[in-house]
Amino acid sequence: MQLSHDDVRHIAKLARLGLTDKEVDKFSHQLSDILSYAKMLDEVDTSNVEPIAQITGLKDVFFDDKQKDCEFTDKLLEQSPMDIQDHMIKVKSVF
Amino acid sequence: MIDLTIAQTNQGLKEGKFSATELTQAYLDRIDQTDDKLHSYITITKDLALEQAKKVDEAGDFSSPLSGIPMNLKDVVCTSGIKTTACSKILENFVPPYNAHVYDRLLDAGAILLGKTNTDEFTHGSSTEHSYFGVTKNPWNTEYVSGGSSGGPAASVAADQCAFSIGTDTGGSIRQPASLCSCVGLKVTYGRVPRYGVMSYGSSFDTIGPFAKTVEDAAIVLKAIAGKSEKDATTPDVPVPNYTDFLKEDLKGVTIGIPKEYYGEGVEQETADVINEGIDVLKKLGAEVIDISLSLTKYAIPTYYLLAKSEASTNLARYDGIKYGHTTDDAKELEEIYMKSRQEGFGDEVKRAIMIGTYALSAGYYDAFYLKAAKVRALMKKEFEDAFAKCDALITPTSPFPAFKIGEKADDPLAMYMADVLTVPINLAGVCAMSIPGGFSKDGLPIGMQIIANQYKEENLFHVGHAFEKATEWHAKKPNL
Repeated sequence: MQLSHDDVRHIAKLARLGLTDKEVDKFSHQLSDILSYAKMLDEVDTSNVEPIAQITGLKDVFFDDKQKDCEFTDKLLEQSPMDIQDHMIKVKSVF
Repeated sequence: MIDLTIAQTNQGLKEGKFSATELTQAYLDRIDQTDDKLHSYITITKDLALEQAKKVDEAGDFSSPLSGIPMNLKDVVCTSGIKTTACSKILENFVPPYNAHVYDRLLDAGAILLGKTNTDEFTHGSSTEHSYFGVTKNPWNTEYVSGGSSGGPAASVAADQCAFSIGTDTGGSIRQPASLCSCVGLKVTYGRVPRYGVMSYGSSFDTIGPFAKTVEDAAIVLKAIAGKSEKDATTPDVPVPNYTDFLKEDLKGVTIGIPKEYYGEGVEQETADVINEGIDVLKKLGAEVIDISLSLTKYAIPTYYLLAKSEASTNLARYDGIKYGHTTDDAKELEEIYMKSRQEGFGDEVKRAIMIGTYALSAGYYDAFYLKAAKVRALMKKEFEDAFAKCDALITPTSPFPAFKIGEKADDPLAMYMADVLTVPINLAGVCAMSIPGGFSKDGLPIGMQIIANQYKEENLFHVGHAFEKATEWHAKKPNL
């Protein structure tokens, strides 16, 4: 597998991750190596195998759907490096 | 007093041989004397520790085995009012407003916080060379890595800079550094310890567990932190036994499986030899030893890295320069804030994780990579289930080689990933495992023995580990610092 510079830039854009040209070049080589290595999984026959995501088999874990107060709303808001206005984070313009 | 086990320390406190304050001061002095060499600690909470110790002394109640016992937490475990950085620039100055559930449980048990310890950035790595704050050195030879990602916790326990530590293990991050530094490191069954308030790597793999000086100590700490929590829906309602009841000195009636794939290609001969000598010890203690095959082992690294980095790429999406952490001062509009804050805030391995994960989850590649790996994972889990139908525990090396030199693998991600070849299958299967001191290389570097048991069978690890420990002297050897 060979990832081009444009492939790497596309993935970085999807991930909202800025990269320098040097990083784009480095990752195109490293990701190509890593993904080529991962293609060895094609050797394993997985027909009729269900994928697994919850390894201990737990499912449908419920809790009461009740509104609760958060004890530290203001402290959470203080974490933001943005301006705070009326208990909301003020972000920069989208355009 | 800093070289005592938790049980011995508890006894000393009960008998008034020393106070919690004297004990805490002794550990703080040890950190002061040794941490310039090792760099285990990111933050030292001296004032808080002495304040907590004073309260314990005033109360004078040492009925909890952890009352007055000084410990540290890997710096991904949130501590209210105390910096928790994930050893990343993006959280360099992050001060959480709440405690991780595991820290609250330890505080309830009376433990004392000495500080926060080093890790690879967001736990991505096997050497702490990916920490924004620099590498933690191996106490046995400071030219070598301490392992990772929990290198700080492992080195601090091995060097008596604390009585125990809490780390996280997603693919080996407790066991591998425990092996490289010579201490006990326990990776619990998935869901055994609640993860609320601990920064995520891969959410279907992440576990929290102790580093300790003995198997008994690990059993004591696990009892305090394990069990169902309302705050983590993946913790099942499985009873938490008194793990110390299982610490027996013989192995009669115990069947131990040896998976041959864990002794083959890529595993250094000297490491395999040391573990084979350890297996002879287990036989002498009465264990029946049988051969087991885990034929999918060679697929563990690609399976693990595809799944874990995919999960990581989604977990790391929350660091956007808006809600908390580092933000760029060089952006005019919103998307530019995301792109530049993440570019400036994340280090090399974390960026690589985001890139691999985003690729494996992206349209057109999801089936070929992520879904394929999730299916291979199902087959690997089945293979472990079949193995544990035949035996009570498996014995393998923890790491394919002892500690490597600082810088040796730093620029080769695939070579670094191979350091985890014997630990990641355990996380893929969600079972539990523990690394204990198993011997030393001819160069004097520690070699860890990995014990693996079925889901929620931590007591088997303690039984086998304790019997081995009582029959050998490896755990009692200390590095010269």
